[in-house]
Amino acid sequence: MEAIRTELKPGVFLTCLQTDKFKTACLSLNLLTQLNRDTASLGALLPRVLRRGCRQYPDMEALSRELDRLYGARLDSVVRKRGEVQCLGFYADFVDDAWLPGGERLLEQITGLMGQLLLQPFTRGGLLLQSYVENERGKLLDDIRSLINDKQAYANRRLTEQMCFGEDYAVAVLGSEETVGSIGYQKLTRYYRELLQTAPVELFYCGSAAPERVAAALSDALATLPRGEVNFDIGTDIRMNTVEETTRYFTESLDVTQGKLSMGFRLGDAMEDPDFPALRVFNAAFGGAVTSKLFENVREKLSLCYYASSALDLHKGVLLVASGIEFDKYDAALSEIFAQLRALQDGQLTDAELIAARKAVATDHRAIADSPAALESFTLSQNLLGLDYGPEEFAALAEMVTKEQVVRIAGQVTCDAVYFLKGKEDEADDGQ
Amino acid sequence: MVSKYYPRMGETLYTHTLDNGLAIQVIPKKGFQKSYAMFATNYGGADRRFRYQGEWLNTPAGVAHFLEHKMFDMPDGSNALSVLSANGASPNAFTSSAMTAYYFECTEGFQENLKMLLEFVSTPYFTEESVAKEQGIIGQEIRMCEDSPDYALYYNLLKCLYARNPVRDSVAGTVESIREITPDVLYACHKVFYHPSNMRLCCVGDVEPEAVCALAEQVLPKGKGEVPARDYGSAEPGKPASFRHKAAMEVSNTQFLFGAKLTPAKPGPDRLRQVLTGDLALRYLMGESSPLYTSLYAKNLIHTDFSAELDYAAGAAMLIAGGEGRDPHSVLAAVEEALSELRRDIDTEAFQRIRRTTLGYCIRSMDRLGGLCTSLAEAGFAGYCPLDAPEMLENITPEEVRQALLDWLQPERIALSVIEPLRP
Repeated sequence: MEAIRTELKPGVFLTCLQTDKFKTACLSLNLLTQLNRDTASLGALLPRVLRRGCRQYPDMEALSRELDRLYGARLDSVVRKRGEVQCLGFYADFVDDAWLPGGERLLEQITGLMGQLLLQPFTRGGLLLQSYVENERGKLLDDIRSLINDKQAYANRRLTEQMCFGEDYAVAVLGSEETVGSIGYQKLTRYYRELLQTAPVELFYCGSAAPERVAAALSDALATLPRGEVNFDIGTDIRMNTVEETTRYFTESLDVTQGKLSMGFRLGDAMEDPDFPALRVFNAAFGGAVTSKLFENVREKLSLCYYASSALDLHKGVLLVASGIEFDKYDAALSEIFAQLRALQDGQLTDAELIAARKAVATDHRAIADSPAALESFTLSQNLLGLDYGPEEFAALAEMVTKEQVVRIAGQVTCDAVYFLKGKEDEADDGQ
Repeated sequence: MVSKYYPRMGETLYTHTLDNGLAIQVIPKKGFQKSYAMFATNYGGADRRFRYQGEWLNTPAGVAHFLEHKMFDMPDGSNALSVLSANGASPNAFTSSAMTAYYFECTEGFQENLKMLLEFVSTPYFTEESVAKEQGIIGQEIRMCEDSPDYALYYNLLKCLYARNPVRDSVAGTVESIREITPDVLYACHKVFYHPSNMRLCCVGDVEPEAVCALAEQVLPKGKGEVPARDYGSAEPGKPASFRHKAAMEVSNTQFLFGAKLTPAKPGPDRLRQVLTGDLALRYLMGESSPLYTSLYAKNLIHTDFSAELDYAAGAAMLIAGGEGRDPHSVLAAVEEALSELRRDIDTEAFQRIRRTTLGYCIRSMDRLGGLCTSLAEAGFAGYCPLDAPEMLENITPEEVRQALLDWLQPERIALSVIEPLRP
């Protein structure tokens, strides 16, 4: 399964994985733009509005019927944050042509539909439809507000906002209530027209079709995509050190019965010419795998919390620890998490722990090759990181990571900020 | 071993039942990195009262889930979760109202990991100390669930629908009920429900079916066991026990779930037919291409998270639908309106279109190996095979779908659960 990368038009890149492994084929289209406070909501809203209808299928019912006819093909709008890059567009998956009854072919129909959604939106007087924009704006607002429903995700987001204040990274991928509220259909149409001209485009296909056929289908579907001065100056600003000399602490209260702890770390010099497989192995040893120090010690041995795990954003160089705890375990959990990091920094990593961490990373990456959606997501990240190797190579590199590399990375890690979401003390006995 | 090729799905299923009663199903998938194994028992949160060796026994709520947590402890002091993880496998387990499943996925050492899985699930080891510690951990889990609006919404609906059936109670039990759990209770329930006769082993991936059978034969206890009878309380009427439940929680928008009880088809092909009829029916009436869905969406009464499905557990079956939405009563009124149209006629063209969608989903589900493993196990306990779906789909008529909807969604059968924000 070799990735073939071609440039179809200026700034329009296609990565093609030809394989007969799956019964599902997948296709994605991503416009890349810098994530920032002013435009994040526009970027989040645009694909949702475009997904409402195009000239040939002007409303959801017509579009959904067409997708039914295409054997339940899924074609969704998608917006993702990769470091400080906002990737917005469409993701489709559908029965691979090889498995359709009667030798039908879906690929050209799907690329055509995606092209129409992007380039021939349902407009009035050349402007995106006001009712679609307002309706989707309301739903986006609801989605932003509903982020509070998942308390750990909420805590992580509040941590990021405060820790990275002043960095684009603090901006949520959906933007904020304030910026969504100010979007009208004229403003969104202007943004849309400009983005079509300037945004680099990443296309991805995985399925049984030959790369030439895919390239031809997509070139055809995107024939009318206007290209102006493409903005290649898009990327993520990596901050290596903490904002202040000491860790900053933030606490908030909500009506919850379990406390949510979220801790953010900078990776220091480890982000200078970063060794991505080694960073992943470090994370797996610290808190990213069930054999990790956080899982084994904080959760299993000390019963300090229901869960404790770490996650790493390779694009930004930020490590995040998330944990659900009883309110009165805050000090104990915090000091134990710091103690586990110190242990790693002091070189306390057994052979068994190292091997398990390497295996966890290798296994996770090999598994990517089993899922079209995972391959799509991995490939988008690799393209943004400027890496050209696949998941199997990543796995093989992870298996060669040494203890010294892991300990050296741990030594660079410093805690920038801690956020704690606790209950409301005066209401502590409510509803029990 | 018996093998059968399913040309529409492009898969071969190997099946065999051991002398001890264990049913084994394997789907080999060449070229996939990960292989999956699931060892499941037909024992879930709702199986609290049962007959074993002629005697009816009552157990506290939450034992099945508690057992799931404690099964990983081994007599030598090791933890099966850690051993499997250290071996590169990703092990896990879940408990539903109807079953408890232990599974792993791995890229290498499948046979070795499978041996470990079969061994640890068959080896009970509980101490007073480990049970007491787990009461703390599960107590935390229960409290975390109580913070979740989805959880509250779901169980509030089930408590509306059912007066007695234990499916209405949380699988994990309550902080109080799990205090009654002792090592003796756990040993007893393990003995009753973890006999191979009451279990299934399902494997999907780049694996050898014969080798799977040989290993299971070698590792597991010999001889058939008793499959316990269960008591889910006396039969309940079609009408819900109560119609409405409303609660307030820390959520941003109102969320709702409505549902209705239906009579479960008997295990076997009839069940598959009902499952697929349900899929077609719900897609037809309120799927994304239905006039009902699109008009509710345009009016901002539902969100993209709106979904509908059939659920089976503990001798019960129900239809459940819902999501976010500020005015659930208007949604129910619109459902009733769509049904009155259906009373006149069904749009056969729409039906044909929807059948293509369901067929597409069935074919594509063969790519999700973990999900396939789970559906083999669940369907196996319900007496059917999910790979039979394409043929069965062709036999279902529009009239069948129409009748099912009109029967299931009679207004007097529908209950509604709502969670509103604390502050409006």
